[in-house]
Amino acid sequence: MRTSIILQTATRFLQPLLLLFSFFLLLVGHNEPGGGFAGGLVAAAALILHALAYGVDSARRTLGVDPRTLIGAGLLVAASSGLGALAAGLPLLTGLWRGGLGTPLLFDAGVYLVVIGGTLLMVFSLMEE
Amino acid sequence: MTGFDPTLTAARLAMGLLGAGLLVCLIRLIKGPSLPDRVVALDLMAILMVGLMAVDALATGHMLPLRAAVVVALLAFLGTIAFARYLEKRVSR
Repeated sequence: MRTSIILQTATRFLQPLLLLFSFFLLLVGHNEPGGGFAGGLVAAAALILHALAYGVDSARRTLGVDPRTLIGAGLLVAASSGLGALAAGLPLLTGLWRGGLGTPLLFDAGVYLVVIGGTLLMVFSLMEE
Repeated sequence: MTGFDPTLTAARLAMGLLGAGLLVCLIRLIKGPSLPDRVVALDLMAILMVGLMAVDALATGHMLPLRAAVVVALLAFLGTIAFARYLEKRVSR
């Protein structure tokens, strides 16, 4: 596969920016536009950019885990965010808040992981063809 | 309306011009004789839309469209690169 040094250098600057912005979207998502889904898509875009510049194998190594593991972990995190309310005697998935942090953020983090895993699973499979 | 608001007038003018640019790009996107023409038209449309969002943020005073503009700007870049990679593959075949 042919690689471009211009694209690789640009990726080195853009990738941290995209990841930072995705994290920002995840955190503001409860009160303003953004949230786990949009943040996850932007984070996936950062890794897709890496895959385009350095190849899919390098992107997989950067991710560290299999995208399917991310999907499973995300579902587990999102589901467990609802159990805290059950333990407190409230209906399932009721939001519990401690200051600015709460279980809805945990749910959003689960969505974030599932979206990253799902998007990367699709894109990596297509790019490896 | 209370008198003349230069910012609002400038914003409306800019929106009209950007909208005209989008229309012209759309014509190129539909007619474009070759695939690279269409890719360039699509990239330009995305950039014009970023401009529209920035002008909208200026006109209304709400800064939320800027956030969407950042995402569109970053993803349009990604889309163009993906298209370029695809075109390169098609030519080398």
